[in-house]
Amino acid sequence: MLEIIFISTLNGVLYGMLLFLMASGLTVIFSMMGVLNFAHASFYMLGAFFGFEISRYVGYWPGLLLAPPAVGLIGMAVERYGLRRVHRHGHVAELLFTFGLTFVIQELVEMIWGKLPVNYAVPRLLDFSAFTVFSTTYPAFKLFGLLISVAIFAALFLILRRSRVGLIVQASLTHPEMVGMLGHNVDRIFMLVFGVGAGLAAVAGVIAGPALVTQSNMAALLGPILFVVVVVGGLGSLAGAFAASLLIGLLQTFAVASNASLASLFGQVGGLAGSGSSLADIWNVTVAQVAPILPYLLLVLVLIFRPRGLMGTRDT
Amino acid sequence: MKRALASAALGLSMFGAMAAPSAAAGTLKIGYVDPLSGGGASIGQMGLNELNFIAERINAKGGVMGKTVKIIGYDNQLNPQVSLVQVQKAIDDGVRIITQGNGSSVGSAIEKFVTRYNARNPGDEVVYLNYGAIDPALTNQNCSYWHFSFDANSDIKMEALTNFMKGRRDIKKVYLIDQDYSFGHSVAEAAARMLKVKRPDIQIVGDEFHPLLKVTDFSPYIAKIKASGADTVITSDWGQDFALMIKAAGEAGLKVGWYTYYAGFGGGPTAIKQANLADDVFQINEGFDNLDHPPARAFISAYVGRFKANQSFWPRLVNETGMLFEAIDEARSTDPSKFVPKLEGMHYATFSSGGEGFMRKTDHQFFQPLFISVFGPLGPNQPFAEENTGWGWKEVAKIPVADTILPTSCKMKRPG
Amino acid sequence: MSDTRPVPLMVRVRASGQRRVAAHGVWIGAIVMLAVLPYVFSSRLSLTTLCLMGIMVIFALSYNMLLGQTGLLSFGHAVFFGMGGFFAVHAMNAVEAWGVPLPLVVIPIAGGAAGLLFGLVFGAIITRRSGTAFAMITLGVAELVSSGALILRTFFGGEAGISTDRTALVHPFGISFGPQFQLYYLVAGWCLLSVGGMYALTRTPFGRMCNAVRDNPERVLFIGYDTQRVRFIAFSLSGLFAGIAGALVAIDFELMSSSQLGVEQSGTVILATFIGGVGEFAGPIIGAVLVTYLQVTLRDLTDAWQLYFGLLFIFMVMFAPDGIAGALARQRPVLQAGQLHRVAPYYVAASLPALVAVVGLSMVIEMADQLTVHAADGPRMMFCYVPVSADAPLAWAVAGLLLAGGTWVFLRAAQRAKDAYDEALSTAHPRRVLP
Repeated sequence: MLEIIFISTLNGVLYGMLLFLMASGLTVIFSMMGVLNFAHASFYMLGAFFGFEISRYVGYWPGLLLAPPAVGLIGMAVERYGLRRVHRHGHVAELLFTFGLTFVIQELVEMIWGKLPVNYAVPRLLDFSAFTVFSTTYPAFKLFGLLISVAIFAALFLILRRSRVGLIVQASLTHPEMVGMLGHNVDRIFMLVFGVGAGLAAVAGVIAGPALVTQSNMAALLGPILFVVVVVGGLGSLAGAFAASLLIGLLQTFAVASNASLASLFGQVGGLAGSGSSLADIWNVTVAQVAPILPYLLLVLVLIFRPRGLMGTRDT
Repeated sequence: MKRALASAALGLSMFGAMAAPSAAAGTLKIGYVDPLSGGGASIGQMGLNELNFIAERINAKGGVMGKTVKIIGYDNQLNPQVSLVQVQKAIDDGVRIITQGNGSSVGSAIEKFVTRYNARNPGDEVVYLNYGAIDPALTNQNCSYWHFSFDANSDIKMEALTNFMKGRRDIKKVYLIDQDYSFGHSVAEAAARMLKVKRPDIQIVGDEFHPLLKVTDFSPYIAKIKASGADTVITSDWGQDFALMIKAAGEAGLKVGWYTYYAGFGGGPTAIKQANLADDVFQINEGFDNLDHPPARAFISAYVGRFKANQSFWPRLVNETGMLFEAIDEARSTDPSKFVPKLEGMHYATFSSGGEGFMRKTDHQFFQPLFISVFGPLGPNQPFAEENTGWGWKEVAKIPVADTILPTSCKMKRPG
Repeated sequence: MSDTRPVPLMVRVRASGQRRVAAHGVWIGAIVMLAVLPYVFSSRLSLTTLCLMGIMVIFALSYNMLLGQTGLLSFGHAVFFGMGGFFAVHAMNAVEAWGVPLPLVVIPIAGGAAGLLFGLVFGAIITRRSGTAFAMITLGVAELVSSGALILRTFFGGEAGISTDRTALVHPFGISFGPQFQLYYLVAGWCLLSVGGMYALTRTPFGRMCNAVRDNPERVLFIGYDTQRVRFIAFSLSGLFAGIAGALVAIDFELMSSSQLGVEQSGTVILATFIGGVGEFAGPIIGAVLVTYLQVTLRDLTDAWQLYFGLLFIFMVMFAPDGIAGALARQRPVLQAGQLHRVAPYYVAASLPALVAVVGLSMVIEMADQLTVHAADGPRMMFCYVPVSADAPLAWAVAGLLLAGGTWVFLRAAQRAKDAYDEALSTAHPRRVLP
């Protein structure tokens, strides 16, 4: 029992940190610009593939250094030439623009790298198991990912709260005209913020690519979860996103570990479970089977009862 | 501006629409309804490549009854409704032979549609050759005279697999983990049922279902398998799910035997190599590249030389087309109502090993020798590696046809 | 806005009479066209496509009740579509099993009822929010329902879905609805009914209130209406019509599976509605017809059809957010002022380089596709019946020239067309401030 709890906690924390790594960029963009970027997961995918391509020639570490800025530049171009035009047509148009962008990016990735997974390997430096707990080994690479997530969280937090740039960015969120009148180029700030957000997504891609599978459908798989993290964490709150990632990571991991179902708790009620009916289906389903959809349930509940999210500073 | 774009889009598609479907008397058209875009496209493209390759070879020998074999691909994106639209498009294009193999939901929809269509349009019959939709229902309660299945259905594969496991005394605790949909449930149920009969001493220590293609972190599942003390895992997982699961197993240091249906495709070999699980992962299928059968090896060498980027292929498609052409030759006709009677009951020397299989008349299920192979570093006389990993599939056991036979509940409605 | 010059009363009455005939004329014309279409396009595939278009029209119009009329962006509209379809197949199977003499034509009512029911149930909770929160909730609900559909295997039939036989119901007047030809008329009839119903709704005070909630919810509250109530009713009614569309698609395919409930289907209807235009009633109709046609034909013309779709979508969002119908609507004042002959040449002059640019872009995409996805087949390919070698520098130069040149000329011509349009407008209304 203790073993399961300990291992699930560790797995949950590792998974949650990976989620935060991916969602940090989206939080920044959503909080600062109010733009819900459907294409965020696509930037994550681009980061993984760029990292892979670079690692084929010069190794993993240059990929980690070069891929995020490259994707950041693409993000800036998307904002400058695409989003900015669409911005004046309202939030719906922005959402739809990023929606269309996901199709285009996925198709381009498929054309260049194919539809099969690519062999994005863990760097040799980190290809060992860090420690063994209860006969389960934990690879050093995953711990590296954990460290990066924490480092990024700390860095973003400090920049936003303590530096001038961060203060200006926060101000542009709520009072863009005033900030403009004070002499700052609000358009350029938004462009930089979007680029930084995309770059953060790319960092997540370079880390997650070897850990998970690098394939052209990786954006579609992870996209929805990221929104859950951002919304549940709350708008305008980086700490909220951090907390929400951990919460969702732990929730899903513990749910998978549990084989509880209504049937196991209350027993077979009068042959109910045997009958081929919908009620039987619900009665017999285990918590483990529904684990991946629990985040969506959380999303719906949070939005209905507490639209501000866990630590948000304003309503969605 | 927008009108221009709309008219341009329409114009571009007009180019295609204008192409009059040539009902040339000299072509035998085969419609391939499988995913050619989207998530399943890499697998769908494999089948199309293979059929085109087979068609080229037979056309070089003069075709079938003098007609050129032409393969037409119809993208269905693994969607049953889109598949039905595509089958109608194929019928409009003059196609009378439909083949499909990815996804039992699609297979089931096509089978029902073809049966209904043939009943409502006598004289214009269409035949459905199924090379991979292995839901047992397709040859049992939903069987059809106009449907032929060339891949062992999931129950037959499990029968063969459990017959193999019967003799393996080192298997004591089995963990079942499958994707949470009809196929996964049917495999798990068959495994539990058959093992109980053949090896009642084996303990089934887990029966797990995870959502289909939604899980990114398999470490909790691996932790559960470890905690159960299993020495063997039976799984029907494929694609992304299998790859992530195997990688997680390698990372966590889980050492068990993996018995799978589909470890050989869609990134499975890459993941196994990355997880460094040599000689631990087994698969059951109708044939694999390193079988020592010279005619097969010649074909395979030619195929992998041509399709360097996507070298996997289905031996069962070679069987399917071989039997189809033979039936047409025997019946001296490309009309399905004439060659279907020749196809059922046919005996055929299968591609991978030359071993003989037969198409059972009662349910139109093809029975053939099956093979268990293991994935690992190659030895001498094992020239074929998978997905550029340097490792390949090696023979472990051959299951003779007699050990794969299962009864059927099919009550087929025959014409006339 | 109408002309503000005083008009003699008699002229005004006659004008409104003419307008009424014109309005009814549109409906009569539509009925005639629907009746005649299957004789013009009679191949099996065409009939299927027409049926799909009809169903998509109902679906897209029901979606526009939310998006265009009430300003609610929903990512889960396919849930009502799917639930309508599932209730319809279960109803059909039950009717067959119990031998109830219910004809096929009334089955869509079951679909509509299911759509309405779920609209009420979900709407009660979801419509408490609006804007981005609403959109996110619908996304979450859509994912929940489509995942739930795989768990509730008995009702939803797993991935294979639930199948049925539409000819197994009673045959009124000997019509079995087996042939696609007969099915077309069923779909066309229900399409007409639904379109009429939704159009009528837009003319009611309720329809106007929806528009008000879209435009200025604060003001609506000041007037004394409950915005949440309005949204709730709009949500439920749009579910009703989506359910009818779902029932029709279930009857068409004689199969209903959980893929029809999911986010992809919701995405398709968003695409269709948006491309057609959310600001006009006829917009979604145009969009539905176009997107269905493209989906059926484009898929087999090119592998990269998703890329084309994505680019088309992005283009429309950036340059024509009011859709095709919106663009046409903007021509109306020019048409009324009789100035169309002035602008038409500029439009033609702009569309030619646009076509050239599109051909160039398509060439680039197809050649790239041949070199990457179909590398094993070699570089030889056919582009619009012209043999081309995908790795020939000449081919790429030509494609690049067409694309770049076409775009450059198009931008110039578009600017000229825009100037001509502004000029035509100002000629039409010399004393008004241009909108």
